[in-house]
This record gives sequence, structure tokens and C-alpha cells, in this order.
Amino acid sequence: MPEAEPVTEKDPKQQRTSHDPDERGHFGPYGGRFLPEALMGALDELSAEYDKARLDPEFTGEFARLLSGYAGRPSLLTEAPRFAEHAGGARIFLKREDLNHTGSHKINNVLGQALLTKRMGKKRVIAETGAGQHGVATATACALLDLECVVYMGEVDTERQALNVARMRLLGAEVIPVKTGSRTLKDAINEALRDWVTNVDTTHYLLGTAAGAHPFPVMVRNFHKVIGEEARKQILELTGRLPDAVAACVGGGSNAIGIFHGFIDDPGVRLVGLEPGGKGIETGEHGATLTEGTPGTLHGALSYLLQDEDGQTIEAYSISAGLDYPGVGPEHSWLKDTGRAEYRAVTDAEAMEAFQLLSRTEGIIPAIESAHALAGALKLGHELGEDGHILVSLSGRGDKDVDTAARYFKLVEDV
Amino acid sequence: MSRLAQLFEGTRAEKRAALVGYLPAGYPTVGESKDLLAATIDAGADLVEVGVPYSDPVMDGPTIQAAADTALRNGFRLRHVFEVVESVASRGGRAVVMTYWNPVFHYGVDRFARDLAAAGGLGLITPDLTPDEAGDWLAASDQHGLDRIFLVAPSSSEERIALTAKATTGFVYATAVMGVTGARESVGASAADLVGRTRKHTDLPIGVGLGVRSGDQAAEVAAFADAVIVGSALVTKAADGTAALGALAAELAEGVRRPAVPA
Repeated sequence: MPEAEPVTEKDPKQQRTSHDPDERGHFGPYGGRFLPEALMGALDELSAEYDKARLDPEFTGEFARLLSGYAGRPSLLTEAPRFAEHAGGARIFLKREDLNHTGSHKINNVLGQALLTKRMGKKRVIAETGAGQHGVATATACALLDLECVVYMGEVDTERQALNVARMRLLGAEVIPVKTGSRTLKDAINEALRDWVTNVDTTHYLLGTAAGAHPFPVMVRNFHKVIGEEARKQILELTGRLPDAVAACVGGGSNAIGIFHGFIDDPGVRLVGLEPGGKGIETGEHGATLTEGTPGTLHGALSYLLQDEDGQTIEAYSISAGLDYPGVGPEHSWLKDTGRAEYRAVTDAEAMEAFQLLSRTEGIIPAIESAHALAGALKLGHELGEDGHILVSLSGRGDKDVDTAARYFKLVEDV
Repeated sequence: MSRLAQLFEGTRAEKRAALVGYLPAGYPTVGESKDLLAATIDAGADLVEVGVPYSDPVMDGPTIQAAADTALRNGFRLRHVFEVVESVASRGGRAVVMTYWNPVFHYGVDRFARDLAAAGGLGLITPDLTPDEAGDWLAASDQHGLDRIFLVAPSSSEERIALTAKATTGFVYATAVMGVTGARESVGASAADLVGRTRKHTDLPIGVGLGVRSGDQAAEVAAFADAVIVGSALVTKAADGTAALGALAAELAEGVRRPAVPA
């Protein structure tokens, strides 16, 4: 069972580690707050409340109880030997976030932020969702904690992920299809921000990834740090040593930043983020923000961004709706620039091959997002050779992707 | 003295508020946007805000979002904004640019300031850039003699109003209501309250925007603000051409000139 963060100092500033951003949320040059003045009060309030909560045993204890008694933590660490046979002989270990309640790592962050919402005395939660995983997790936490829940989802995604729309509605959430712009995740975030600026007195914006304006990147990261902390302990118990590399998929980057932080002070452990290479970087149809983007501001932070020569956002593409985002969390931009983490692109085809391989060799159907990390691990295995140990963040399960996989592999007729 | 300061000295001498009209550059096309801005100025706008169409306008309601989409679909490129500003300046009009931050950041802050000043633009309104993150822009605006118009909101604390007013030159932009751009039935008491709170921190003129759509509303806002800023209502009329747009601008110009009626 995860332990509450130790409380040693009263002043929140004393609690900052060398990996925390500065007071205004900068990781090196990245992060900060690039949002309308109307939201600055709410962001200040959120920062102040979070700084208090993270040191308050009542809050951290309640969070830990929900993670263990509701979300099902700690999640398992599973070795994948038959899958690893395809990875040049390296050993591969899966951090099983797919086994959490609601089927992905997303539940960690939503439970934390929903508790914080209650603490701030707000009764209404809004969220954005792409594939629907964060929306379902948010609707779940709101049902549990008796909060009104409104989820913005691009109209294109509501059609692609109709089952998740039904799930959210079953859980009592209102799902609003967003018909503006490209009608996908980035437009759902725009619409959620417009709602927030209008209803900020009563409403918390429960952002689903470690991106956006300060304090979201550091707060969301800290709610997901449990992934890396558990995994480090588990892999040491199992193998007696640290892994050579940790692989995680990166869309906005929340599961990656969570697992990376368990190992960030272990310089011998390579941190490898796998971005959606879509149909291939050269086609322009991808979502490989860190590999191909340049710094810019979107949705409240300065970070790497897919943009054209005029600074207009470029549509991202990926077979995985959860990675289909033209921005990325600012801490990843900093980890890229400092060289502490490396980022690579994995194509749709490579991800789908790994998706099928894990299903057939280990009996685990991964989320297509997580299959990008698996594909990255296969390559890393060949690079590391027989003595290599690779930890993979299996961030979610693939139930939601069965329809996509059925079409992709032509598994059933008439789809 | 900046040219915006001169403008407000003039309107204060006339004991009236200034009329500020917003239209996006490139809407519906670059050429037509020049004509529409010219019609707005000819009908009595003291200053125009030339908007930069952007892919992710989080501060804007449906009207301006749709106009930005149209402009981008019709081939608007960032360099066109300088061309449009120049067309205003060359007719003797006054223009500031209103833009989300990323296009400026990506173009290069100093380079953008230089090119805007060269085109005859007077300054920049930055809806998603607050003074907290504006170090480069403070330097560039000083360097190139541009005014920097930051926003205050009903949710701004006294401390934030003070910080914003201190960094601002030209005029302070007060957003009348909590929400995105769009014409509204009433601008609300929160605008007057915000202007009152802001005046305690600055002698700068204060413009009120978000929601004004008629001469009567313009007159109401003019009673407590130094500038009445109109966006979405003008953008809606722009779809009907220069004559319709000019008629609304004239009505608004008459509104800001009405003698204030004691409440």
C-alpha cells in the first residue's frame, strides 16, 4: 500500500525537490501560465490549495486510501518472457496500470484532483477527453465523490468512441460533443477552457494530463508518481537491480512522467518516451511533438508543439486517440533538452504489431497507446542485448480498442 | 507621449469615451478586411483592433471563432496582419493588434514588434499573455515604441490589478464579464465595479470590452469607461458588408458621444 508523502516541513517551498518547477511553474524555460487573466485567480487558488494539501496528512491519507481501496493499487509488475523472446533476449517487465479501476493510469490523477475539488468547496467538475479514458475516469471519481461532471469531447471522438460516451453517461456525467475546429481533443480542451473562464467560481477544470498551465503539470505528475515509486520497489524485489531502461508512451505525457519520476535520480536508468509516429514522420501524419515539434504556447504552457510557420497549431494524427495531441507536458520538453530522457517515434504499424504480439504471447490486450511503449521496448531490447532489463508502463488495457483492432486486422467481416 | 495617450487626451477633452472596434485581419479575405476596417473608422471608430486569426482561440465565443476559421481557410497568413495594419495607418487611422501569444512567440517577439511598428501599428493586446510571462514583450515594446495593453477581469485580485496596470501602457482592457467574447443582452454591473477597482491603481484610460452590441449599451458603458470596445457585434455585421458594418459603427459612435445620464 502506498504511503502518504512524509511531512517534514511546514513551508511548502521547503518541500520542493530539485525536480520541481520554479514558483511560477517553469521547468527550465518551459511551462508557466499562458492563459487569460480571468483564470489567474483560479490557478493561484488551485496552487495554494494543492501546496497545502500535498503536505496535509488528512489529504494524502485519503488519497492513499482511495488508491488502495478503490483504484486497486499497488498495480502488479508482470514479467513478459514470451513477448521478450522477440526483443533480442532482453527481459521485459510490465507495470500493470491496465489493472487499475477504469482500466488505465488515469484514475490516479482524477482521484487526487476530485479530492482537491471537494477541499476547495467546488461542486462542479469539467474535463476534456480524447479517447474517453480520462472522461470515464473523471465521471467515475465524480460519481464516487458526489460532484457534478461535464465532459467535453470532440464530435469526431464521440463517434469513434461511442461506447465510452455511454459509459460516462451511465456514470451520471453530461457529455458535450464539441463541434468547433478539428472536433478532436485539442478543441475539447479549448471548449473546456471557455467553460472554465465562464464558471470558474463554482467549477474545477480536472485536466487529464501533465500539461497546461501551472500548477497542472507538477500536480498531475505528483498524483502519478506512485506508478514509478511502486515499480522501482517491485523490480528491485524481483530482479535485485534497477532496469536499464524505462519505456512509456507520450501523448500529453502523464503516465510517462509518473513512471519516469521513480527513476529520475537513478542516472543509469534510461528514460525513453515513445511518441505516436502515425503513418510515418515523413508523411506529416503523426503526433510526435517532441521528435518533430518546436517550442510554442498552447493550452496554457510553453512546451514543444506541432505548429506551422505562422505558429498555428497543426493537427496531430495517431491510430491511438489517446496520443492524438499536438502538444506535450512542459516537463517532458525540459527532460528532452537536458538529455535526461529521450523520445522516439513509433508508427501505427509498429504499435499495432506490438499490440497483437502482447495479446498472443502474454494474454494481455494492451491499450493502443501502451502498445507504442511496447514497440519501443522491442527495439530497445535489440539495442541492449541479452542482459538488458526493460520496464514498460502498460498504461491501459485494450478493451476500448477492440473495434479499432478488429478493423485494422480485419478480424471480423463487415466492419 | 504615445499615440494612444494622445487619442485619449483628445476624447477626454471632448468629455466622451473612445470607440474601439475589433475585426479580424483576413476576414473574410485580406482585401475585404481592409475595406471593413476602413468602413469602421470612417463611421467614427477612434481606434481599431486588428485581430490575428488563430487555430485555438480559447478566449473567443462562436462568432469570432467562426470568423477566424473563415480567414484561415481563405489563406490568411501572419504576414498579412502587417499589411492590414498598414492599410489602416496609411488612411490616417489608428490600429493596435489583438493576438494570442503563440503566433508572436513563434514569429519572434522582437521581430514582431519591429514589423508592427514599421507598419504603423500602435501596440498589442494580448488576451493570453499576462505581465507574469511578458518579459520579452516588455523589452520589445519599449524598444519599438509600442503600447502594451494587458487585460483585467472581474476575478482579478487587487494585487493582480495593480501588477497588470503597472505593466500596461496605452489603456487597460477590462473584460466586462467572466466568459468569452460575444454580444450579450447586458454588460452587467461587474464592468462598472471592475473599472472602479482598476481606477484605484492607475491613471491610465480604461476600456471595457466583451458583450457590447448596441448604441444604447455603448452609451451605458461610456458613462463609466474611457473606451468602449466592440468585437463580436461588428464581426457579425461584417458578414453583411461594409454598409451594414458602417451603420452599426455609426450607431456605436453616436452612443459613446451621448451625454452621460446620471444613474
